[in-house]
Amino acid sequence: MILTAPLAALGRVVLDALAGIGRIVMFAVQVISHIVRPPFYPREFMTALLQIGWFSLPVVGMTALFTGGALALQIYAGGARYGAEAAVPSITAIGMVRELGPVLGGLMVAARVTSSIAAEIGTMKVTEQIDALTTLSTNPLKYLAVPRVVAAVLVMPVLVAVGDSVGIAGGWLVGINQLGFNSSTYIKNTVSFLQFWDVGSGLVKGAAFGFIIALMGVYHGMNSGRGAQGVGTATKSAVVAASVLILAANFLLTRVFFGS
Amino acid sequence: MIELSGVHKAFGSNKVLQGVDLMIPKGTSMVIIGGSGTGKSVLLKSVLGLIRPDRGTITLDGQDVTKGDRDAFLGRFGMLFQGGALFDSLRVWENVAFRLRQGAQKRPKDEARAIAIEKLRRVGLKEHVADQFPGELSGGMQKRVGLARAIAAEPEIIFFDEPTTGLDPIMSGVINDLIREIVTEMGATAMTITHDMSSVRAIADNVAMLHGGVVRWTGPVNEMDATSDPYVQQFIHGRAEGPIESVR
Repeated sequence: MILTAPLAALGRVVLDALAGIGRIVMFAVQVISHIVRPPFYPREFMTALLQIGWFSLPVVGMTALFTGGALALQIYAGGARYGAEAAVPSITAIGMVRELGPVLGGLMVAARVTSSIAAEIGTMKVTEQIDALTTLSTNPLKYLAVPRVVAAVLVMPVLVAVGDSVGIAGGWLVGINQLGFNSSTYIKNTVSFLQFWDVGSGLVKGAAFGFIIALMGVYHGMNSGRGAQGVGTATKSAVVAASVLILAANFLLTRVFFGS
Repeated sequence: MIELSGVHKAFGSNKVLQGVDLMIPKGTSMVIIGGSGTGKSVLLKSVLGLIRPDRGTITLDGQDVTKGDRDAFLGRFGMLFQGGALFDSLRVWENVAFRLRQGAQKRPKDEARAIAIEKLRRVGLKEHVADQFPGELSGGMQKRVGLARAIAAEPEIIFFDEPTTGLDPIMSGVINDLIREIVTEMGATAMTITHDMSSVRAIADNVAMLHGGVVRWTGPVNEMDATSDPYVQQFIHGRAEGPIESVR
């Protein structure tokens, strides 16, 4: 009995985790199945587009700017050991568009948007607004989840593209002002080195991260516990889950795109 | 007519409903009373299909509420929630006209807005309130907006969940009178859950007391005071002593 108790506890944890994953997968399937079925809520979609896309531009831009600058400094310092300082423009660019643009952009948007969606929908749940939607013949999944998920999937690649550009610009600013690069040479090296799939893979990652960001916010909001503590816990869980899933998805997608 | 037969519902080990039998004839106003945590809200939400009972049947005009066209079923209902449950991001008129802007009952925007303003007037609110957001209104005004939303599509059946909770006695009286007037003039079937005995006397044709997961007593409101049931007597007189434990 004493020997089996830890195993039983471990089994319970594993089963709970699997059940949780199952619930999230079922929820995702439900959301996807509603995307193509009417009714559609264009006004909710436009609001979500604005909230997730437009209002995330400053945080994504600032994050990318400083990251691009820091990356250029690091590559210069590391490259100097091998006499490879000239690789700063190309490695900064590839680092931004393949990895740092999508991942840091995704994490920053998750912090801003996932939390906001989870808190908003969690509050709607505890104040019976979700029940009210149902009694008004409106499917909460269609009205609350679908517009946010579709908006996030569409707008995240745009945010990633903006982040990539600003990040490369950050590297360029540091390069010409601090590291002694010639401006036109820096730009030429960046542009000539990048290939279409370097940028394209980052945009695809952005779309996948957008799905995770919105889905986690909606899922945890709709399953929020009672009261302020319930909403707080749902918000925290949503951000943690979105962040971990973004990093895990990034690894999987990188392996699929560049693993060979 | 709404009919509940042997309705059971448990949440884990907590058996909330343990065989509820109740009949609400068409065009009458039934008020469900009972202490906190006795399952009044669960009962009401079960009728609407927001909660699925573990056992038993609930029928509306002989039709099982869990079967058939869900939208058409819900289209027959209006509901006033305890806290109003107004959508914060929408203006007051958009809240009131929510059902009129989509689905089978969809109307053009101008017509929906005109109906919303008319319903707001019906519950004693002026036109300028229509363009405000719910967060800008007092609790009593929010309740009235919730009432206007409940009646906007002229439903056959209206549910009221604790309609006077959190309101001062004067505003409670106003809401009670409004509910009685509206239910009478619309000829609607009404089901209300409340602790407030002044609401019971103002709104009810019939009363049912829920206790221990079953309907303990039911009858016309004018027979409520005369009943010898000790549970009902303790509840309606608000006595600490009696068969209902004051600490539950």
